[in-house]
Amino acid sequence: MPDSNPNTVTVPQAAVPSRPRVSWLRGNAQILAALGALVLLFLFNALFTPHFLSVQTLNVNLTQVATIVIVAVGMTLVIASGGIDLSVGALMAISGALAPMLFLHPPFGSPALGILLAFTVPVLVAGVFGLFNGTLVTRFGIQPFIATLILFIAGRGIAQVMTNGQLQTFSNTTFQYIGLGRPFGIPFQVILMLVIVALFAWIMARTVFGRYVLAVGGNERAAGLAGVPVRRVKLLVYGISGLLAGIAGLIVIAINSSSDANQVGLNMELDAIAAVAVGGTALTGGRATIIGTLLGALIIQLIRFTLLAKGVPDAAALVVKAAIILLAVYVQRQQH
Amino acid sequence: MSLLNSPADLAQDRRARVASVLQRYGVLVALALLLLFGALRYPGFLSAYNVFTVLGYNSMFGLIALGMTFVIITGGIDLSVGSVAAFASVVGALLSPHGLWPALLGAVAAATLLGLINGLLIAYARILPFITTLAMLLAARGLALLFAGNQSVSVDYDHGFTALGQGNLGGVPYTAILLGVAYIVGALVLRSTPFGRHVLAVGGNEEAARLMGLNVERVKVLVYTLSGAMAGLAGVILASQFGAGQPTEGLGWELTAIAAVVVGGTLLTGGLGSVGSTLVGVLLLGIIFNILNFENGRGTISLSAYWQSVIRGAFLLLVVVLQNQLTQRGGRRT
Repeated sequence: MPDSNPNTVTVPQAAVPSRPRVSWLRGNAQILAALGALVLLFLFNALFTPHFLSVQTLNVNLTQVATIVIVAVGMTLVIASGGIDLSVGALMAISGALAPMLFLHPPFGSPALGILLAFTVPVLVAGVFGLFNGTLVTRFGIQPFIATLILFIAGRGIAQVMTNGQLQTFSNTTFQYIGLGRPFGIPFQVILMLVIVALFAWIMARTVFGRYVLAVGGNERAAGLAGVPVRRVKLLVYGISGLLAGIAGLIVIAINSSSDANQVGLNMELDAIAAVAVGGTALTGGRATIIGTLLGALIIQLIRFTLLAKGVPDAAALVVKAAIILLAVYVQRQQH
Repeated sequence: MSLLNSPADLAQDRRARVASVLQRYGVLVALALLLLFGALRYPGFLSAYNVFTVLGYNSMFGLIALGMTFVIITGGIDLSVGSVAAFASVVGALLSPHGLWPALLGAVAAATLLGLINGLLIAYARILPFITTLAMLLAARGLALLFAGNQSVSVDYDHGFTALGQGNLGGVPYTAILLGVAYIVGALVLRSTPFGRHVLAVGGNEEAARLMGLNVERVKVLVYTLSGAMAGLAGVILASQFGAGQPTEGLGWELTAIAAVVVGGTLLTGGLGSVGSTLVGVLLLGIIFNILNFENGRGTISLSAYWQSVIRGAFLLLVVVLQNQLTQRGGRRT
């Protein structure tokens, strides 16, 4: 949570969600609670799960969680602004469908250009679809749930139509670096995840835009009256959510060495929303914690890993995951 | 409502009324136009066979959307219906050796229980409907997979379980009859019973409903329980129609059902809505599919099944944009 540095707070006072002066500990109770849960889970595994304390286990968990975190960061912004984005999984499918088309059939027969376009065009296209969501919300006044439901339904269809539902398989080390590369032994997507988390944690805490997002989510009308460009802020958060979903789509297909429009990003919106909720961001808007979202995703991932390591079937893990989400949200509710 | 009936206010009132009529009946007009288009273009479009095929095929969505209508009118949402239906289909298939009725009642009871849990968590633990039913979406899927042992469960063909999904009464499929009866009962309950009025009151203004002495919590528990029961019924039809309990089916059904409710004209903010308009929404989405199939059959176009979801999404877009334009123009200052 940001402290109030007078140099960075340029939002008019009325628009800034009131931040009662409480001790640092109380102000960060939710993050601390999430951190505590994570530490407990970690200790439990360290004691009772064989081979848990290994670089490989760490990498497996971080690799599996990276795409969820990247998407959930965008979701955190959207939710903080008082919205929701159901389309992220479908946008991942579109981005994942587009990339192989670009590097498998590079324009002008130039593989380098193909790779360059494969990294940029799908992400930008997903971003444009995100802006489309934002336009529906801002210009047409459609509720975010319905506005993003449209691409949830149509988006995967668009990806399937583009690929005719066919599985695209490939082997391209340059492109797949985003999912398989290991600089210094660390999976590349984990580095990407950390950079994105750090960037957006900074944006939310230290920039005017971050304050604007919270102001819009806290009280849209007050924010508008106080001069916050409400429409532009909302448009941008959906755009950002789309861009991040686009990046996640590239990572997923790079890991799989194939792109299946039917599967890429399936249920991602649920995982991302769950991570945001467990992380302590209020689903009603106005408050956000990017670090909390990271912790939330890690908690869910570690629970799943623990259950699987203990031989609990994946199906039962779903039930436990549901209980954890409910418990986390219930505990948060008690705190307000 | 304004106390001073100045000419400007009256004009504005009239505009608001025209807009609400347009919004309400616009969808009905769209449905009529689609039906007319189909009837003129394809022989057999309005044949009993095709009508019943459409009704039978859409009975699952229709039932789920009916339960969803009640939930949405209270201002809530139920994201769990797809997995609850999948869970019920598994329970139904497992019970199918005991005959249709035990399987039907057992599966619906199991699904109703999950709906009841949703309702209790939302009403008494006061967890947001979105989160509660999202968690149930995961939990019910897990339960379905556990009960089914991670694979689809064949139903017993010898004890009458498949009759519900595949049988008919004088040419009318049981599923279509069930759908019709469910909507008539649903409409009567919403319009003409105290419970229906309570549902509308809770969605309109929860605090006011509470002050009037309504048991808001009980109303909420009941609508989610009802939604679970409807999803259970849909699950039984699924298992009965396809001859197997399908633990992985029902992905995204909740959103299709919500789309049908919204297309029908019920607002997600609650307090308003009707069962009949949801049926219109379900039929609209269903008939678009049907027309696409006819076009494919004629060979004039060849659109893969993937186009269906694109067209469905585009249609939802068209409807919500038009609805918003109408309500904003008519009711801007009311």
